[in-house]
Amino acid sequence: MKERCVTYDTASDQETIHLGQELGKVLKEGDVIALVGELGSGKTWFTKGLALGLGVSPDTIITSPSFSLINEYEGRHTLFHLDVYRLESLSDFLSAGLEEYFYQDGVVVMEWADRWPEILPEWKLKVGFVIIDYSLRKITLSGNHYRAVEILKALEAKLWR
Amino acid sequence: MIILGIDTSCDDTSAAVVLDGQRMLSNVIHSQVKLHNAYGGVVPELASREHVRNIMPVVQESLLRANVWMRDLDGIAVTVGPGLVGALLVGLYYAKCLAYVHNIPMVAINHLEGHILSIFLEKEVPLFPFVALTVSGGHTSLYNVEGYGRYTQMGQTLDDAAGEAFDKVAKILGLGYPGGVAIEKTALDGRKDRINFPRPYLSNDSLDFSFSGLKTAVALYVKKWRESEVENYDVTLADVACSFQESVVDVLVNKVMRAREKKSVSAVMVAGGVACNNRLRAKMSEAASTEGVPVYFPRLEYCTDNAAMIAVAGYHRISNGEKADLSMDVRSKYPINDLSPIISC
Repeated sequence: MKERCVTYDTASDQETIHLGQELGKVLKEGDVIALVGELGSGKTWFTKGLALGLGVSPDTIITSPSFSLINEYEGRHTLFHLDVYRLESLSDFLSAGLEEYFYQDGVVVMEWADRWPEILPEWKLKVGFVIIDYSLRKITLSGNHYRAVEILKALEAKLWR
Repeated sequence: MIILGIDTSCDDTSAAVVLDGQRMLSNVIHSQVKLHNAYGGVVPELASREHVRNIMPVVQESLLRANVWMRDLDGIAVTVGPGLVGALLVGLYYAKCLAYVHNIPMVAINHLEGHILSIFLEKEVPLFPFVALTVSGGHTSLYNVEGYGRYTQMGQTLDDAAGEAFDKVAKILGLGYPGGVAIEKTALDGRKDRINFPRPYLSNDSLDFSFSGLKTAVALYVKKWRESEVENYDVTLADVACSFQESVVDVLVNKVMRAREKKSVSAVMVAGGVACNNRLRAKMSEAASTEGVPVYFPRLEYCTDNAAMIAVAGYHRISNGEKADLSMDVRSKYPINDLSPIISC
């Protein structure tokens, strides 16, 4: 399918959370969100929003999985928050069993997803973060699989309203 | 009572023998820093594989150094969480084997309780109740400690742990791993007030922490600094490291003192890998002495992950009549609220 791509500018952490939350609302089990962006570009904020949109309790604290590699949250769908920041090779990823989360009943959001693009399932939705200035971020969502395009259309319809 | 402690919750395989929950007879850590250095971080698969390779020699060495035999042991204490599942399993299953074969009681320990109780390996110990800060690469939490097994979390990080901020800022600055050591060393030649980095979450009443915004502030500063867009005629890499370190230390010290005041306790304790930071030790001691309360730091080998602290926790739990059966499983998530109080102490 032809790639669909949509870009949003956010001017604060709150706006980044809001975008994540709206995306979270249209996700369903099996969806994979691949986050790409440098340190401090808003990936964790976006994930906090995704969790809210997926119905994870607002009292739940979404912390960085850089150390633990995987954090799991219960919501309307289970959210698996993966972070491959500290992994150095694809074999580390595979033998740590992280690939299995793509096929579990839940939504996967993975940070530093550009490390080994080949491991990501084809139905992934890619979210790129670019730092424009202190609080300004350019967030680009893209995908070329049927499911990714479907998610983007639903999101655009929501944000248009 | 002689307890063997085993911990494999993250990058170190460790085993220790402790007498009566206070006297360390041996404390063996097969540190994997050298191995990980080539990769710029902790590699979990390597970590798990290394644990398998290390566990037997490390436990043997701990018994040898303590000059005890398996039959002398009164119990085995093993970390079951929180941590990496693959890594935790190695320690737990080895402990199960030993407990089964030698018919020794085994008890499951929460790694965070180990850090809180690590101070009891020292001669000078705080009286209950006290406020404890455990601060490392994976955790930054404040506890009100009312007794053995009686811990109430007062605050925690809402995003990154303090040690993680050190690691990531070290990476931004192009320094080595582990980041904490690299930043502290570089900061020695820097000026702590040259750059006014934010003090996240200091202006509100919360006892929670947030270091993600600080990391972002440093990243943005360094980007502009490298592009010569800031007035950087005299700013050095050491200044950036030092100013960043000061910001983290400031926040940690202030929150600990605030928590102490809130609970009106008369002692504070700081443990975990970041507690090795000398600037943190100095500033915490200074703040505590201003308020006239003692501050306790375990020595460095008890601050980083170790099994002696697990044996201390094990001593108190076994004395309390606790015993884990062989069906015990690991718990990657293991909130400290789930622990039962230790009544007999």
